[in-house]
Amino acid sequence: MTETDKNIDVSVWRGGPSGGSFQRFEVPRQDSQTVLDVVAWIQQNDDPTLSYRFACRVGMCGSCAMMVNGEPRWTCRTHVDKVLKNDRLEIAPLRNLPVIKDLAADMDPFFDKWRKAGGVFHPTKSRNDPVEEISPLEEERQNANAGIECINCGVCFAACDVVAGNPDYLGPAALNRAWTLLNDTRDCGSQSILAAVSQGGGCHNCHSMGNCAHFCPNELSPMTSIAGLKRATALSILRSGS
Amino acid sequence: MLDLKLYLLQRLSAVVMAPLVLGHLAVIIIAVQNGLTSEEILSRTQGSFGWALFYGTFVAAVSVHAAIGLRVIVFETLKLKGFALNSLTWAVFLGLFLMGARAVWAVTAVGAT
Repeated sequence: MTETDKNIDVSVWRGGPSGGSFQRFEVPRQDSQTVLDVVAWIQQNDDPTLSYRFACRVGMCGSCAMMVNGEPRWTCRTHVDKVLKNDRLEIAPLRNLPVIKDLAADMDPFFDKWRKAGGVFHPTKSRNDPVEEISPLEEERQNANAGIECINCGVCFAACDVVAGNPDYLGPAALNRAWTLLNDTRDCGSQSILAAVSQGGGCHNCHSMGNCAHFCPNELSPMTSIAGLKRATALSILRSGS
Repeated sequence: MLDLKLYLLQRLSAVVMAPLVLGHLAVIIIAVQNGLTSEEILSRTQGSFGWALFYGTFVAAVSVHAAIGLRVIVFETLKLKGFALNSLTWAVFLGLFLMGARAVWAVTAVGAT
């Protein structure tokens, strides 16, 4: 990267579970600079006590999501050019999750809800059975494929206003996972998935506002998956009559 | 908070309301354009089982739909839950239903007004 003579005025949230405040840093502007590059520069050159989370740096692992100028972003693939406002950046930990320290959010509630939505695979075969042939043309497989590239970055969870208003709501990522499993013919847990997503904080609380689909860095549409779950649960109860 | 049964109730009440809203708008337009007086309207509605069924169903569907919708808004914005939230939901339902039923009775029952 080539350094330019410009600086970015960066406000970084500093603090822990009990609270904190924004701290300002001057970071040199560079070509093709990502928001994660900015955070790394601060930690390496200005304040080594700054805590943040990252791993792959190429948009695969889903570790580095943060709030950038008030919007959830995967920071390793977000170019500063695209989000800079008046040469300023405001970087904060992901919304709707507790903070561990500085920019590192506690992802436990996110993954707890993932399991609560029935997101663990329910196998139908053992390792001794032959591999089942699945046609990519089947409607169910295509439904599953549409949502399966989720990297669990938590961006949709942070973007969702229903999560903000309803702490019990399972959230877009967990429900998207449930929908992909429900459409996976190798999974035998359909009834438990439908029961899990029909509980008090389940899919029926979604207002279809679409923030999840708007901000998903992999361009998935959890809102569409949730609409599928609403249909599947309604049909299930109408068919069973209870 | 909003489980499958409440979700279905709200969607089903919306399905019931959709044609009734259109019917209600048609009634308003016809009544206004023809310049019907209140006496003329009442002469058509009083004793009519059809109008009682039309507006009675409308009132029941609106009461269910609005009570569940308000329940969600109150929960998410005012954080009301548990007994208080259930009480408010029932109070809204009963309030709307009783007021609506009284109006339907006044318009369709013979000799009500």
